[in-house]
Amino acid sequence: MTTATTGRTEVKGAVGTAHTRVEGRDKVTGAARYAGEVPFADLAHGWLALSTVARGRVRSIDTDAVLGMPGVLAVLHHGNAPRVDTDYIGLLGIPPDPTAAVFQDDRVPHAGWPVALVVAETPEQAREAAEALVVTYDEEPHDTALTSDHPGAYPADGHMPAETEKGDLAAGLASSAFVVDEEYTTPEEHHSMMEPHAATALWDGGRLEVIDSNQGATWVQTELAKMFSLDESAVRVRSEHIGGGFGSKGLRAHQVSAVMAATVLHRPVRVVMTRRQMFSLAGYRSPTAQRVRLGADGDGRLRALEHRSLNQTSTVYEFVEPGAGVARVMYDADAHRTANHVVRLDVPSPTFMRAPGEAPGSFAIESALDELAERCGLDPIELRLRNEPEAGPVSGLPFSSRNLAACFREGARRFGWAERDPRPGMRRNGRWLLGTGTAAASFGAGAGPSTALLTAEADGTFTVRIAAADLGTGARTALTLVAADALEVTPERVRVRIGDSDFGPAMIAGGSMGTRSWAWAITEAARDLRERLALGTTVPPEGITVRSDTTAALGALAQKERHSFGAQFAEVAVDTATGEVRVRRMLGIFAAGRIVNPLTARNQLVGGMIWGISMALHEEAVRDRSTGGLYAPDLAGYHVATHADVGDIDADWVEDHDPDDPVGIKGVGEIGIVGAAAAVANAVWHATGVRHRSLPIRPDRVLSATAPTAGGGADA
Amino acid sequence: MREFGYQRAGDVSGAVALIAADPDARYLGGGTNLVDLMKAGVERPARLVDVRELPLDGIEPTPEGGLRIGATVTNSDLAAHPEVRRRYPALTQAVLAGASGQLRNMATVGGNLLQRTRCGYFTDLSKPCNKRAPGSGCPAVTGEHHNHAILGATDHCVAVHPSDMGVALAALDAAVTYETSDRQGKSPIADFYLPVGDTPHRETALPPGALITGVVLPPAPVAARSRYRKVRERASYAFAIASVAAALDVEDGVVRDARLAFGAVASRPWRARAAESVLIGAPADGTTFGTAADAELAAARPLPDNGYKVTLVRNLVVAVLTELAEEAAR
Repeated sequence: MTTATTGRTEVKGAVGTAHTRVEGRDKVTGAARYAGEVPFADLAHGWLALSTVARGRVRSIDTDAVLGMPGVLAVLHHGNAPRVDTDYIGLLGIPPDPTAAVFQDDRVPHAGWPVALVVAETPEQAREAAEALVVTYDEEPHDTALTSDHPGAYPADGHMPAETEKGDLAAGLASSAFVVDEEYTTPEEHHSMMEPHAATALWDGGRLEVIDSNQGATWVQTELAKMFSLDESAVRVRSEHIGGGFGSKGLRAHQVSAVMAATVLHRPVRVVMTRRQMFSLAGYRSPTAQRVRLGADGDGRLRALEHRSLNQTSTVYEFVEPGAGVARVMYDADAHRTANHVVRLDVPSPTFMRAPGEAPGSFAIESALDELAERCGLDPIELRLRNEPEAGPVSGLPFSSRNLAACFREGARRFGWAERDPRPGMRRNGRWLLGTGTAAASFGAGAGPSTALLTAEADGTFTVRIAAADLGTGARTALTLVAADALEVTPERVRVRIGDSDFGPAMIAGGSMGTRSWAWAITEAARDLRERLALGTTVPPEGITVRSDTTAALGALAQKERHSFGAQFAEVAVDTATGEVRVRRMLGIFAAGRIVNPLTARNQLVGGMIWGISMALHEEAVRDRSTGGLYAPDLAGYHVATHADVGDIDADWVEDHDPDDPVGIKGVGEIGIVGAAAAVANAVWHATGVRHRSLPIRPDRVLSATAPTAGGGADA
Repeated sequence: MREFGYQRAGDVSGAVALIAADPDARYLGGGTNLVDLMKAGVERPARLVDVRELPLDGIEPTPEGGLRIGATVTNSDLAAHPEVRRRYPALTQAVLAGASGQLRNMATVGGNLLQRTRCGYFTDLSKPCNKRAPGSGCPAVTGEHHNHAILGATDHCVAVHPSDMGVALAALDAAVTYETSDRQGKSPIADFYLPVGDTPHRETALPPGALITGVVLPPAPVAARSRYRKVRERASYAFAIASVAAALDVEDGVVRDARLAFGAVASRPWRARAAESVLIGAPADGTTFGTAADAELAAARPLPDNGYKVTLVRNLVVAVLTELAEEAAR
């Protein structure tokens, strides 16, 4: 069958219209297969055995005892596992975290480090054998405690310069009418996505196939190729459905060990992490110790700003949680200093987790701003409006669009901010003290080079193929809408296939850049395809396919400060007799560029805000100092917000147009969490008069806080 | 996870006989705690004897005017029972404060009483724990213990009992009935849980192989005005950091009868008899309530990071008793 391209109905307007997930039916009926569920003939199952010591060397592994257990096929460890290469720079321009390169030597750098993979015919057999495996260690003393004055701390760049400085900070502070100088801490936090990490590896005619759950099929493909010294064309990674990632789903021990086992055993091998294993193998957000110093003149204009942030990393990999980066975008002062430092401890490597840097950094600086507003006697929103910078405080570059003020004005109107009595500890409803708080939010709007394949099919439909990842966010649906508009057809005529490295290089689902990057590539491909079809071409049975690559277009984009912005509002109730804090109401208003699918965008923003509630009140992984491992690392011990913790919550957006941007999409993946914890903490102060500078604001901390004295606040 | 056998018991004596024949077997109720512990490797039974289908799922009046609750009654059915709700409202509230709807549909009364502590050292094989591995030590004393015991603990173990239901049962003077291969027995809940001492791995007075058959609630007119309040680190689906079950009978402004028990403060539901003796006969006011709480908490021995529980329990006692007294005065 062939179809002439004339006579197509011209349609526009899919983008901006609410659309349910195109794969929603598959997901709710179970037809959608996740990585751990895809059936394979002759599948073997690997189970990771993890170290019980926090530092030392493996002395012995008693493999003989478990090799005789039912169904056991192999035990891989540092003495027999294939060698891999970690001396390379990956797709994201950074070296790999050697944590993923398992079984290369006898060194144990943290508790919960993989020391062996037991492979058996069934997962139950593999698990039983892995748990029976006796490993002895030469244990060494460990240091797992992050302290703000740790002698091992040093400046580290990560994905931005470690330190920035202009002006004379001491002089700026000395000449300020009002000064805030406080320390803030945030705890170790974990991604805790629903779907655990899972991968199946097999060799198929000299080609390595990996079925995985990840945030970038090409990303994992290229990393595996480099690590195993294979040609990229000899590796294919597929990741069709993903039950959440939040930054944790890159290259990790499960894919690498599955590939090793498939190589050794010549059959498909699946490795799935347990929830407990994820707490030491899947990355996490480092705890931070931050110090903020603000100096303002009599009318609240900042003269001096310092934000320092310290995080921990492992002894084998330097990961920076750049808490101080947020001040480089948000607030200017003549004297301006920011610094991100790290300290290497005997702990797992931290990694990207929803709004890395901005999430903990905004807690510190947006709390400090609230404290400054209190000292200046200014409304917290007015203080922020008075300090809106003209250009990037550090870069000096213009903002592509900065609609923070519009977010605050719209949010204040809808939240009823104007009626707020600024005094703390004044409102009571039964046993509850009530308060409201606000905070600003920002997150970078970037893009990464991507390629897309777009096919005009002979039946009049269109197929997009792009190595995008839908983490459950609705990316597949968003791209369907983008493609439909770009092709001027209805979304029903567009099929979007994603999550396959064979589709070519593409940006990962990360950094709030996925949809922006992929939409760009799809839009370019659609432009080319429409030009081809405009000639009245007849579509042959195999269709007409065009390929786009945004590398050049991205390089041509003008240098600007490109960010999403937002204003967070929270109302809390605090029972100071029990320490319970409840978030009754929360509203976030965002300026996040063009919103592709209002339905899933609101999901993303509200989801981020709920995580902000969780960050403010619940989430905390506690490291046991004597063993160096986590205390109660499971979802009973690690609390995330439940439905009952979330009151009346809504997110919305203001018009945010950037004429200079060919895509207009900024990304909504991360900004929802930014500032949310600070808004809650500021509301707790407003309710009680007590500042909480350490998260989470647990009942014991509320109870132990000094009761406010008349006319003044207190600290906790 | 160890492979295990599974058998469904047809009657009580059959279940007891199966367990008596195999010291490596365990009773399986709702499995809401045991199966988790099996996955974690804390429990490694060779065989499970499923008792959930036994005819122990009734709630019946007793000749004395109380209630007899079968061991396999689910938490959901217990909480919803009209007589429980009317005569022992604190029990309904306690059960509903625990777990989630799905778990309460599975969990049984007998299993609830026997659930194990959620101390993170106990549930983690990579760490020492005297309760799980006697003699290995208790890292909580110097480690993470902000939700550990302030009453009745020893250096051997500072874990707390996780049950909400058990706290209400302790306040209500419930007794646990059980059956072994050669006898039937009954243990008042005050004696059911053993003191920690230096044997924290020995938790109850149940004879080896005994099957809990039910719980007997004596008549307790005071319980008609009773309350359970639980504080936890999120609004739902978390174990208590402190809880209070209280019943109060006030006449002419004077406390005529009172029941008080605390949760999440000790290795067992903590009956606050010292507090009750202050309350009974005293004016039903905040001063009395505070004094009563202080009398009980005088024995508290908090650790460096859980001293807040003393304040929290005191505040909870005052708040809950004040609420009940105000209700009585209406």
